[in-house]
Amino acid sequence: MKRIITRRSFIKGAVTAACSIASTSSFARAASALKSGEPIATLLDISKCVGCQECVYACKESNQAKYPKPEKPFPKMYPSTVKAEDWSDKTDVVDRLTPYNWLYIQSATVEIDGESRELTIPRRCMHCQNPPCVKLCPWGSAIQLDNGISRIDSDTCLGGAKCQTVCPWLIPQRQTGVGLYLDLLPAFAGNGVMYKCDRCYNKIAEGEMPACIEACPENVQTIGPRDEILKQAYELAVSMNGYIYGDKENGGTNTFYVSPVPFEKINEVIEKGKGKPHFEAVADTMKTGNNLALSMVVAPVAGVAAAFAKFYATNTNRDDKKNS
Amino acid sequence: MALHEKLITYIYTTIFLFLTITGFAQMPIFKRYHIADIPGLGWLAEFYITHAMHYIFGAVLIGLVAYLLVEQIAAGKHEKRLTKSGYTKGVMLIGLIVTGGLMVFKNLSGTPYSPIIVSILDLTHLAFCMALLFYSTFTLITKKGWVRYPIKDIVTKRIF
Repeated sequence: MKRIITRRSFIKGAVTAACSIASTSSFARAASALKSGEPIATLLDISKCVGCQECVYACKESNQAKYPKPEKPFPKMYPSTVKAEDWSDKTDVVDRLTPYNWLYIQSATVEIDGESRELTIPRRCMHCQNPPCVKLCPWGSAIQLDNGISRIDSDTCLGGAKCQTVCPWLIPQRQTGVGLYLDLLPAFAGNGVMYKCDRCYNKIAEGEMPACIEACPENVQTIGPRDEILKQAYELAVSMNGYIYGDKENGGTNTFYVSPVPFEKINEVIEKGKGKPHFEAVADTMKTGNNLALSMVVAPVAGVAAAFAKFYATNTNRDDKKNS
Repeated sequence: MALHEKLITYIYTTIFLFLTITGFAQMPIFKRYHIADIPGLGWLAEFYITHAMHYIFGAVLIGLVAYLLVEQIAAGKHEKRLTKSGYTKGVMLIGLIVTGGLMVFKNLSGTPYSPIIVSILDLTHLAFCMALLFYSTFTLITKKGWVRYPIKDIVTKRIF
């Protein structure tokens, strides 16, 4: 029997097929994981990046509304040695991190199998598992979401830049003349607002991909549940006989770089400095504090024991005196 | 003042001083105001150092408070009693310990608090600290002690 395909049945079939493909694709699985709120991570396969900067411009476009709009002239600050940091006239800078550029491409000329090759590496916040920027912010302006994303609340940040100082990669960048400090004591406290990659948390909350991942033509980045992505990163490293950065750094991050060359070698040749993070090994910065936290559990026990010891010693002395 | 009390006062003053300094050092002010540029005070601008010191002195304070509480209970209210100002400072200290303890827990991995809770904890901790600082200065000037000794007071003041 001859089967007649009507326009309606064709569209219906096509939609069904597209849906079934989408539901099994890694993109859809990642999207559902992102929406579920479980810890997520990103794998960056450095060997795939061609340095086209599509991710950089997609980030800028997507986050345009979050960028600072400072009031000028800036209030005078005391002491006079406190300098304003103004990037509002340099919003097109893309060769480093700035308050208007949360992702940039770092390049490293390295030798692979005897051949010189230029690696290009997207750099942004690593989104640490236990982020010192969040934990040590004195105002609670840096926030860690349940899905592991750390971001800075521009409505409450005073721009003291402690988050930048305690960040092992000095990621957050300051813009003066914007934020809450203007309404408090602008001359004596605060200096603007700190900015950094927020992993497009608002897009992720809607089940969408971060702009940089969506725009990448080479599929350099893979996002999804942390355990799954970490497993993929190890498998990829084994398959290319390569190296991982970010799995153990600062006690573990939610960003895993996989490279065909050791990160020590990459770190030797990349341009480092302000707004240009390194690739050094990083010990867990929160470890000392968290180990010391245990002493606060022991302290009351020790205090009570000392008091009982003193009470016992006093009573023994009293009894001895009575007996003698 | 007995030797034991002198020692307690000395320990408490040292803890109080270092907790206040290292607590304020959690805000980026010592570098801004060049206090950390004074020779020997550079550590005040090192956040991880002052953070660790704050934890250590915090633990010693908790230990001291536990010690004094047990000692007070053992002594009984006839022998030794907290004064009104002692109670007030005690409440402030407990407030500092509770808010501080919650923040220490917050700093462990995998314990994200909601942003509003973090801000409330930070500000409450600071408020207790400022209140204790001002009130301690007031009690120091007016020479109000932490404790009084009902029996000893009767003997020394009423008879002689």
